[in-house]
Amino acid sequence: MEASTLAITILWSLLFVYSILGSLDFGAGFWGMIYGKNEEKSASQIANRFLSPTWEVTNVFLVIFVVSVVTFFPFATTLLSNVLLVPVGLGVLLLTIRTTFMVFQHHADRYKDLLRLTSGFTGLIIPALLVSILPITLGGFVSFENDYPRLQYGELLTHPTLYMHILFGLSTELFISAIFLMDYAKEAEDWNAYDTFRKHSLWLGPVSIAIAMLTIGTFPGEASWIVDNIQEHWVAFGLSLLFFIIGYAFLFIRKKDGRRGLARPAVIMVGLQYAVAIYAYGAAHLPYLIYPDITIAEGFTNPDTFYQMLIVYAVGFGILIPAFFLFWRLFLKDRRYLKQE
Amino acid sequence: MDIVVMARALFGTSLGFHIIYATIGVGLPVMIIIAEVLHFIKKDPDYALMAKRWTKGFAILLAVSIASGTIVGVMISLLFPDFMEIVGQVIALPFQMEIFAFLIEAVFMSIYLYAADRLPPTLRLVSIISVALGATASAILITDVHAWMNTPAGFNITPDGEVTDVNTWAAFFNPSFGVTAIHVTLSAYMTVAFLVASIAALRLMRRKITKAERAYHKKALTIALYFGALMSLATAINGHETAQMLHEYNPRKLAAAEGLFETQRYAPLSVGGYTSLEDQRVKYAVEIPYGLSFLAGDRLDTEVMGLNEWPEELWPPLYVHILFNVMVGIGTVLILIAFIALFWKHVLKKEFPSWLLATLVVSGPLAMLAIEAGWCFSCIGRQPWTINEVLRTDEAATKSNSVGFLFYLFMTLYITLLFVTGFVMRYYFKRNPVRKDLDAREA
Ligand code: HDD
Ligand code: HEM
Ligand code: HEM
Repeated sequence: MEASTLAITILWSLLFVYSILGSLDFGAGFWGMIYGKNEEKSASQIANRFLSPTWEVTNVFLVIFVVSVVTFFPFATTLLSNVLLVPVGLGVLLLTIRTTFMVFQHHADRYKDLLRLTSGFTGLIIPALLVSILPITLGGFVSFENDYPRLQYGELLTHPTLYMHILFGLSTELFISAIFLMDYAKEAEDWNAYDTFRKHSLWLGPVSIAIAMLTIGTFPGEASWIVDNIQEHWVAFGLSLLFFIIGYAFLFIRKKDGRRGLARPAVIMVGLQYAVAIYAYGAAHLPYLIYPDITIAEGFTNPDTFYQMLIVYAVGFGILIPAFFLFWRLFLKDRRYLKQE
Repeated sequence: MDIVVMARALFGTSLGFHIIYATIGVGLPVMIIIAEVLHFIKKDPDYALMAKRWTKGFAILLAVSIASGTIVGVMISLLFPDFMEIVGQVIALPFQMEIFAFLIEAVFMSIYLYAADRLPPTLRLVSIISVALGATASAILITDVHAWMNTPAGFNITPDGEVTDVNTWAAFFNPSFGVTAIHVTLSAYMTVAFLVASIAALRLMRRKITKAERAYHKKALTIALYFGALMSLATAINGHETAQMLHEYNPRKLAAAEGLFETQRYAPLSVGGYTSLEDQRVKYAVEIPYGLSFLAGDRLDTEVMGLNEWPEELWPPLYVHILFNVMVGIGTVLILIAFIALFWKHVLKKEFPSWLLATLVVSGPLAMLAIEAGWCFSCIGRQPWTINEVLRTDEAATKSNSVGFLFYLFMTLYITLLFVTGFVMRYYFKRNPVRKDLDAREA
């Protein structure tokens, strides 16, 4: 494999991890807000119990992603940062508000409602800002003034594809988090929360698929290159759809105790669905980082530096795997944590 | 204001904000370890309580430290793209390693925070030690990038800006890395020690305080004083080496720090005052004869370069002299305070008089001020370069015209967050005073 292709593959893998972790994180914030006040309180507790120990780890993956983009593709930073200054800047601003308020909520119970609202709303706005980067890379929204790249806000904000991308991001986020929290509630044997999240998974699943397909239809005219590439990768997208159908079917299977839904297999299938879809989309996006201005080969760092970075990655994750295992045991598996009052 | 100035102001303020919380994030886990270890040895439950309460405070501040760190991490790429283009080719390793340090810290911090009651004592100690190692490692690694900006190494650059002959490890172990990393770590430890001393002293100044509370705060103060005395002494000794590093690798910055215009042997050290451009000297300063020559080379006849060796457009702003003095002055004063307090306690064996307690109360904020002054000195003293003698700041900065709008937004955010964190800390510790915990233990 070309070094630059390897680099972009790692980047897409990190993007995959962050989009799953981020969906869980932001989605849990949203569900925590929805169910914070009313009788279905246990759904909110489950969401918050998941959120408390995990947001830090999720946040680090965002940072890994950003640092990897600029260190793997340093020659793309000038273009990327000029074009993305405002959406990304606003994104981290809101993320800061969200992170701090979420943590403060545990320490100032009198202000819980305000704090919970903040973390719920930012749980929708931040992902919306982040997915708005995707249409920008497709072409047609960047122009050059004296060699200097500028984002065409007017065109972007009036183009339907922006709003379809945002809808796509939100429906995906809510679907992934609902189906995962359903499984988490099962571990905690909280059947009330389980039913709530199952109910939401049922309608969000088909909706998210439908929106994904409609979004492709709204791609700007300049993006015909990627539409062609997507059609070439139809096998992969078909496979992704198949995983979705299987996972969705698992939600209906009745178990011995009379409960419907095989939570864990369904989560795994949905995970596979998104993994395949993200890699297929990534492959269709090649060779461009931003069409038509920069390709991955043009943005790539020198290969020697890159291979040293690879070693750092290998060693780093090698050290971390036992730590992640301990983490998983303590927060995603340990009944004493899951079932506490 | 023009875009470059806005970009610099936005980035500088973001770092100035991050560093407040980051410093505490580096130092506080070490204080918690000390309390945990003392509890392990002495079996005194006060130390366990200390570790628990410090951890609560840490958890509140950590949120801001991580969030603001994420801001600077993203902002450095957004605001200084041409700088990151070189960083990505030459000094990407510490940036990447830093993230793994964060991950270690984040994972073990969650474990220590949310699972402490389910862990055996040894695993708890392992967790908090991992937190401290992760935090210190992240500080050292990010400082490596900063050190490399001051003393760039490990690459060549062609006149049209192309980077060649990259040697990643030569860049990693650039000449100023060692001293600078040690200086940053020691100064963070010392700052947190004095912050803890401040709070304990503030509590001891209260009239209405039970015996158990008094004993508790005295123990905290003792830990803080010992650790603070040790670390402030070490910081000063190492600061001396840092200055010698400047003398060798970055004489322009040292000249600006001391307001020295003419190259000379037997150069005096000017304490205080301000550097006057017209008079080409530091006005209203106390001069220590031969002091600067001695600081720079351990000999009275060391030749120290003056600013006139460089064209004026390559001088950093002359007010860096004040920043440098603030840092060194506070460092000296804090050493004195710590040792006077220890002398009072162990030699005179008397209670602290209220003037001494009051002095201790301001010691923590002073140390934080020294950190801010030190960083601003180091970054502003490098101007007009971002990478010393390689890349100028006006070339490195973004040209995007949205910077101004972001600047005001982020300023509002920082000011709000400073108030909100202060408020949450007060609110939480008011509701959960030491007395409540002590009483709960009695019962
Ligand atoms: C509590 C904080 C604190 C204290 C008491 C001191 N320092 Fe410091 N100093 C820092 C905190 C700091 C810092 C904030 O951590 C800096 C900024 C950049 C860096 O590498 O460390 C720094 C930088 C810094 C530099 C510039 C390095 C560079 O630009 O590359 C010098 C020459 C010194 N220090 C010297 C001293 C001396 C002689 C001190 C004598 C007491 C001293 N410092 C006390
Ligand atoms: C010497 C000055 C600095 C020190 C001592 C320092 C230290 C820290 C500490 C202790 C944290 C909390 C880490 C955690 O718990 O995960 C943190 C977070 C962070 N810092 Fe800094 N930092 C410094 C400067 C910088 C700079 C200049 C950058 C960027 C270029 C930066 C980037 C970050 C990032 C991205 C995070 C968030 C990581 C996460 O998501 O956990 N820091 N820093
Ligand atoms: C955390 C404490 C720090 C503070 C308070 C601080 C302060 C500042 C200030 C005030 C400026 C603006 C200087 C000017 O333009 O006149 C600046 C610039 C800058 N600093 Fe630092 N700095 C810190 C740490 C770091 C570290 C650890 C790095 C390296 C990773 C770093 C990298 C930069 C860069 C890239 C610039 C912009 C380019 C330039 O103006 O030279 N800073 N910093």
